[in-house]
Amino acid sequence: MKCPRPIIEVARRIQEVSVGSLLELLADDPAAGPDLAAWCRMRGQILVASDPPRFIVRRES
Amino acid sequence: MHLLSEVFLDSSSGEPILPDARQAWLDAQQAGWGDPVRLHRPGRLAAHAMDGAREVVANTVGARPDEVTFTGSGVHASQAAVAGLALGRRRVGSRIVTTAIDHSAVLAAAAAAGTHQAVQVDHEGHVDLDRWTAGVRTAGTAAACIQVANHEVGTLQPYAEAAEICRRAEVPLVLDATAALGRVDLRDAGGWSVLTGWAGAFGGPASVGILVIKKNARWRAPYQTDDYQGGRWPGVPDVPAIHAAVAALDCWLRSGRTVGERQHALIDQLRIGIAQRVPDVDVAGDPLRRVPHLLTFSALYVDGETLTLELDKAGFAVASGSACSASSEHPSHVLAAMGALTHGNVRIGLSWTTSANEIDQFLAALPPIVAEIRATVGAS
Repeated sequence: MKCPRPIIEVARRIQEVSVGSLLELLADDPAAGPDLAAWCRMRGQILVASDPPRFIVRRES
Repeated sequence: MHLLSEVFLDSSSGEPILPDARQAWLDAQQAGWGDPVRLHRPGRLAAHAMDGAREVVANTVGARPDEVTFTGSGVHASQAAVAGLALGRRRVGSRIVTTAIDHSAVLAAAAAAGTHQAVQVDHEGHVDLDRWTAGVRTAGTAAACIQVANHEVGTLQPYAEAAEICRRAEVPLVLDATAALGRVDLRDAGGWSVLTGWAGAFGGPASVGILVIKKNARWRAPYQTDDYQGGRWPGVPDVPAIHAAVAALDCWLRSGRTVGERQHALIDQLRIGIAQRVPDVDVAGDPLRRVPHLLTFSALYVDGETLTLELDKAGFAVASGSACSASSEHPSHVLAAMGALTHGNVRIGLSWTTSANEIDQFLAALPPIVAEIRATVGAS
């Protein structure tokens, strides 16, 4: 899955979990790390763990 | 016929050659084409042209004419600068300190020289001066490198402060002036040892790099040399191209101030206009302390390749730092280091002739293109 697909999927799936819950992403795209961090900053979510290819986001809003 | 890219907004990849530079190249083909080390008349004319070229560059950066060398490209100049200081200082050590957002040629040359430390930058691209100080003072540091301004986002580095820190630590500094030459006054830019540049960045031929090595710098050519250019860069120089390069530089020195002021205002207009008209866009870099002509922004959920190609169809030539957009599998290391969004990236470089009307056209064309791409992938 290449950029920006992983971020689009995260944006979709984050709506399916409740505020405070965690979402795990597995992505081998080299852009996933920096772009997930940037997405969290732009959307007010928290990047809990960034250990490519595994990432964890907490829904804040 | 459908015309592509009528509006050229990619001067960061090379500014179209300025008319005065093109004329200078033609003139030098008439009277400056000889081998400058020969004693015959064509040789003397070529040597005269080289003397004039060195003087223009020397006056621009506050150096002496005999400290100026012309290489085959900006990348060659960067490689020679870093590897030459590493060789000259090999008894001290092989650590090279750079910022995390230096040009990839500098980062590669630093890694090849020995131990490379890339100092972090903040969200706008300014280097962390505390970490820079600690890095430069670390034992075994052969050289450091910093940009006057970043080539993708335009942010000006605190280069004079960084140079002073290097001077106190007695570590030679490579000052990469590629994005700044002709646009930023560098006649008193602090205590650098080697300065690099590229004529393609200011409307000269892409085949001319600039390498200024101060007399007191412990620099040794990291390759075999010959009789040309004081033993600093080998081979017969391309005198007409060099003559054209300094003609372009001279245009900026004579009348670039007005152009720069116009470009600065146009980029302000773009920064504000894009943020207003396109939702979920990340505009990168320092909005104020920057070179006049560069801008980078990224649109969320958009892929950079599609965006670049759609803009080209609409008549706008732009570059992109997104991984999927062309030359690399990896996104721009500059954007990644700054924490900026790397997908959906557009890199804009204004040229000498970019008009307010062209910027208005771009601002009108961009929002529907982004909206269309987002709709296609089901993102909003």
